[in-house]
Amino acid sequence: MNTLTGTGKLVRLILRRDRLLMPLWILFIGVVPISYASTFATLYPTAAARQQFASISAPNATFVALYGRLYGSSLGELVTWRAGFIPVIIGLISLLTVIRHTRVEEESGRRELIGSTVAGRNAGLAAALIATFGADLVLAALLALVMMGQHLPAAGSLSLGLEFAAAGWVFAAIGGVAAQLTDGAGGARGIGISVLGAAYLLRVGGDLSAQSGGAFSWLSWLSPIGWVQRIRPYGGDRWPIVVLVAGMSAVIAAAAFAVSARRDVGAGLLPTRPGPDSAAPYLRTPLALAWRLHRGLLASWTAGLAVVGVVLGGVANGIGNLLQGNRSLEDLFTRMGGRSGIINAYLAGMMSLLALLAAAYAIQATLRLRSEETSGRAEPVLATAVGRLQWASSHLVFSILGSAAVLLGAGLTTGLTYGLASGHPGRELLRVLGAAMVQVPAVWVLAAVAVALVGLLPRFAVASWGALALCLLFGLVGAALQLSHWLLDISPFSHIPKVPGAAVSVTPLLRLLAIAVALGVGGLIGLRNRDIPIT
Amino acid sequence: MTDAVRTQALVKAFGHTRALDGLDLTVRTGEVHGFLGPNGAGKTTTIRILLGLMRADAGTARLLGGDPWHDATALHRRLAYVPGDVTLWPNLSGGEVIDLLGRLRGGLDTQRRADLLERFDLDPRKKARTYSKGNRQKVALIAALASDVELLLLDEPTSGLDPLMENVFREVIREEQQRVGRTVLLSSHILAEVEALCDRVTIIRSGRTVESGSLAELRHLTRTSIQAELAGPPSGLDDVPGVHNLHIEGSRVRFDVDTNGLDAALRHLTAVGVRSLISQPPTLEELFLRHYQQTQAAEERPSELSR
Repeated sequence: MNTLTGTGKLVRLILRRDRLLMPLWILFIGVVPISYASTFATLYPTAAARQQFASISAPNATFVALYGRLYGSSLGELVTWRAGFIPVIIGLISLLTVIRHTRVEEESGRRELIGSTVAGRNAGLAAALIATFGADLVLAALLALVMMGQHLPAAGSLSLGLEFAAAGWVFAAIGGVAAQLTDGAGGARGIGISVLGAAYLLRVGGDLSAQSGGAFSWLSWLSPIGWVQRIRPYGGDRWPIVVLVAGMSAVIAAAAFAVSARRDVGAGLLPTRPGPDSAAPYLRTPLALAWRLHRGLLASWTAGLAVVGVVLGGVANGIGNLLQGNRSLEDLFTRMGGRSGIINAYLAGMMSLLALLAAAYAIQATLRLRSEETSGRAEPVLATAVGRLQWASSHLVFSILGSAAVLLGAGLTTGLTYGLASGHPGRELLRVLGAAMVQVPAVWVLAAVAVALVGLLPRFAVASWGALALCLLFGLVGAALQLSHWLLDISPFSHIPKVPGAAVSVTPLLRLLAIAVALGVGGLIGLRNRDIPIT
Repeated sequence: MTDAVRTQALVKAFGHTRALDGLDLTVRTGEVHGFLGPNGAGKTTTIRILLGLMRADAGTARLLGGDPWHDATALHRRLAYVPGDVTLWPNLSGGEVIDLLGRLRGGLDTQRRADLLERFDLDPRKKARTYSKGNRQKVALIAALASDVELLLLDEPTSGLDPLMENVFREVIREEQQRVGRTVLLSSHILAEVEALCDRVTIIRSGRTVESGSLAELRHLTRTSIQAELAGPPSGLDDVPGVHNLHIEGSRVRFDVDTNGLDAALRHLTAVGVRSLISQPPTLEELFLRHYQQTQAAEERPSELSR
């Protein structure tokens, strides 16, 4: 088949280009379930305790929505259930990987370069699918070994691994189809993520219906996420479903090849909608341009975090219920302030998680300045009557106000869902909203770090992500690793009052604001005085 | 009348590489000035300094009577710039980009915009993501040409345009010449384009000015090629000062001659008797090549300066 000539070489190229990214996500997802296994084993050491936990958790609608249905109470089944959202994440990564190595390549023109060499016309798609299928399979093997290392049954561990891999396969293939449809990678990602979102929602609808004995449980069978969860690792290990999903992936992949054969290089199956032939009257300032460039990113982050907020808020009340009947846990939590204390601690923890995500948005928005510069799009703007500071601030509006808006939205949905579940919507909404907004200064410090780097050390602007990674590391494992206090204090998030629950003191917030302003002003001075572009 | 652009002994280093090494450039108001040099000679860096995007390490630069760095935004209202490698915002349409850049500059002649769109045969409704390199170039050109400004800074504006569009570009620039007070600085490495359009030329190499003057002046520095069929074999031609590459095959003769040796050489030919004569006028290309071959041979290091 000469349309596939050169596939092997392209697979190697993909593996080389992803030599860091691929091992990282495989390793990360492969080891996360360890923490679930050890947590369940520690908190619920006996079969009776697990049975009780299962009987409380299984009917909890929020858990069903987030993780899926809980079918049994063995340790393996609990871990599988708790890891119920991971197939969605693997699906997302696989989808994006395939699009990145197909449509993005084509859009950037690199595909043409490769197409003009000896590579066959389907080689690019085949290589992307093979590399992604393979990565999913490696993840399955790693996970199976890791779970066996936690003394879980071998067959169940293997089928859990294959559940994860199968989710990746289906969505890799769907990514392959999406990449054929539009001529822009953004559109292809949108289609793929919509399919993933629909699959997740169908699974939620079907499972919730099944839980309450409803008539719509078949909805889950329309969803690839629903299929893979019905493999039921450690609780029956239904291998035929693995075969079914693998076959389904092959059919979808074949469809991608069929579509690919019907279109030109660079074109998509769906026509591109033309834009306006002249600009709307508002498009006359750098801020208006920035709005056009940032609005999609801002909208998706706001919507994404709002959805996360719904889930986090919905789970909050359930966290309190989990205490019932477990003596040792109840004692532990009484020391932490009882039922309301544990919910407060949970909410405070989730707010700093949301703040880290908002900071990721703030950094991404700030680095737009840098990508505008390196791509050459800043130059024509700066060659007009637009000053550098005006140009920079039009983008920074989004990293500053945009990140606050993202947090506000997440705080609103968390507060609203928790408030409705707890029966005090008004009071809880205000409390949670306050807890979200108190994070803003720390988010701004990270945005300001990015501004400082862009202005003063532009070639190292990407290091902003390193700053975020440090904060994430300290926040998640700092206390567990017993890092020294001054080290933990580097993270701006460790200075945020632990609300709701703790008292709010203004001093650390003002201090963080001062640091943010100093870093930001320093960066802007640097930007005003340096050469543009520095590439 | 002041010069539109005047730089003296500009120096700009990036790390260890000296991109500009004492560059002089003078563009008179109202002229179309060719700025010639091979890739990496420092053309783009010079233009970026003139735009106040970069700051020179030494030397002076004046633009439209102001300081390019300190008066940047005020000066930018009076000029339009087309970068050499045009990248656009992928999700904006071509028409949107033209309007936006024009408005950011302070206004756009809508009649001229429509006229240019038609002549350059550009569909303004397409998203920038789908444009080819040539079409992106057209977007930037139309945005610049439809702006009501005194100075156009064009950095290799025809790279990526097909020959038909190159022609349109030349027509449009010639029209610009008719407008009083409009100055054009046209950086290029395409000699035919510069010869066709420019009043005066500055040739640079490795960040240094090597020649500057009107085309007529520069032609003086070049040689005319002569091919002739004579009544009999010529004699004494190789003694004429300024004659190079002499080839004689019986009564046919072929040689190049410096402009100041032309008269003497022709006398020699007519003395023998001329049956046919082909003379090729001096081209800039020849001058250009001679400069680069010479200096490149003199310096062993090839020029590899980027920007």
